[in-house]
Amino acid sequence: MTVLRALIVGLALLLATGTSRAADPRLVPDVSSRAIDIQYSFTGEELLLFGAILYPGQRLPDDRADIVVVLKGPVRPIILREKRRVAGIWVNASSIRLRTTPGFYAIGSSRPIDKLVDERTAAIFELGLDNLSMSPTGFSEAQKLERFEAGLIDLYQRQGLFVQNPGAVEITEGVLYRARIPVPARVPVGTYRAETYLISRGRVLAVAARDVQIRKAGFERFVALAAEHHGFLYGLAAVTLSLLLGYVASAIFRRR
Amino acid sequence: MDLYLPVANLSVNALVIVLLGGGVGFLSGMFGVGGGFLTTPLLIFYGIPPTVAAASAATQVTGASVSGALAHLERDGVDLRMGTVLVAGGLIGSLVGAVLFELLTAWGQIDTAINILYVALLGSVGSMMAREAWGALQQMRAGLPAPARKRRHHPMVANLPMRWRFYRSGLYISPLAPLLLGILVGILTMLLGVGGGFIMVPAMLYLLGMGTQVVVGTSLFQILFVTIATTMVHAMTTGAVDIVLAGLLLIGSVIGAQVGARFAQRLKPEYLRMALAAIVLVVALRMAVDLFIRPDEIYTVQ
Repeated sequence: MTVLRALIVGLALLLATGTSRAADPRLVPDVSSRAIDIQYSFTGEELLLFGAILYPGQRLPDDRADIVVVLKGPVRPIILREKRRVAGIWVNASSIRLRTTPGFYAIGSSRPIDKLVDERTAAIFELGLDNLSMSPTGFSEAQKLERFEAGLIDLYQRQGLFVQNPGAVEITEGVLYRARIPVPARVPVGTYRAETYLISRGRVLAVAARDVQIRKAGFERFVALAAEHHGFLYGLAAVTLSLLLGYVASAIFRRR
Repeated sequence: MDLYLPVANLSVNALVIVLLGGGVGFLSGMFGVGGGFLTTPLLIFYGIPPTVAAASAATQVTGASVSGALAHLERDGVDLRMGTVLVAGGLIGSLVGAVLFELLTAWGQIDTAINILYVALLGSVGSMMAREAWGALQQMRAGLPAPARKRRHHPMVANLPMRWRFYRSGLYISPLAPLLLGILVGILTMLLGVGGGFIMVPAMLYLLGMGTQVVVGTSLFQILFVTIATTMVHAMTTGAVDIVLAGLLLIGSVIGAQVGARFAQRLKPEYLRMALAAIVLVVALRMAVDLFIRPDEIYTVQ
């Protein structure tokens, strides 16, 4: 499924840019930081995606081109559960597995996506929250799947993990673009991909991507790694800490 | 002041967590309970994932019970033999609890299970305490001396095979009874992040019929070791102990516990028990309501 989709995207890219007619413009993208370190006071950050559109011969075309930027986090398999009322109480009643859900997905554009490309193109390039391919496994009715995906999108949007902001991209003089993307504190760590699409008259003219690393650093990295790989020692450290604090407090108070 | 929790993967206001620990510590010092039954729900309410909340609350209870356990040991207020049997049961229980935890997580029912257990336990223990405290208060008002409680263990306990002498508790009963009690409380500690003092103390009094002078000390002794064990089991299985979160809670709770203990000496024990019963019932009610009203989030990701 994903392989197939990757192939289709690759092919589409080839058709869109690979043939590379001399008249096609190029994108030179960059990001404000190649790596975001999560440390003790991390409460989220704003990532700036910016760059230039290089037109051949430095001649601006007559009609306006649009830019779409996407910041996509690492995909991972999840189990999505739905609560329903059973015998009066709310319990998780059903679930589906989604194999390739991005832990973070933000899309910004200079105009609403549906005004830029048709549905098919948007689906091929996975532009927009409704076009994310999450690879559900097992058989389930399309209706249920749709309901679950809508639920997940709603949940992640409220947590700031899925962001859709038409109008986030600002284009200056037709050649420079910039977009701010908010990265909340609860983002998963991993390699993120910042993609930029140049779109004109419903066609994707150019695509460019940059990788962004989001990682825990310093003490937070040490603690997270210890918790994951050295459970026993980590547990001992936690127990020692609690015994020590408890003992010190009682010793101090007793002396008074 | 915002602080990032490396295991919970989110940032919290450090001051709020310290104050939360302080408040719970104050109550736990005042009433001689671990306070885990308040920490876990409050942390979940704040937005910490339930698993991390339960695991880190167990770590906090360890810190809160150290000073109490030491004080009782010095005063010879611990039945070490009874305590050892209870701890052995607790160790088995925390392992059983770990298996249950994993099964319930795989079924997606861990949150509901935690919720229902809380409601059932806190509801029943709370109403029992309230009734008993109310009776004591009435008697105190009427100027009557408190009726001497018949100290005897439950008939079911008497029927168990094999008998040991527990001198400090003044008991000659089968060690299977405290062992089973220990297992039960160990399971609850693992699942709920509670020390289990609020179940242990009434069970020691009414099921085993232990002497009052060693009940609280022995309960604290058992809580200390079982929460240490559950912290270790959590660290090695669920990996959900957040040491930063636990540290923040501890800073608040160890100080709060000392202040609370001092404060308690000025109050009548009958009023204290009534107040504790009220708090327990409020928490139970709050969690019961949560079961029946439509939750904020219909969808959850695992």
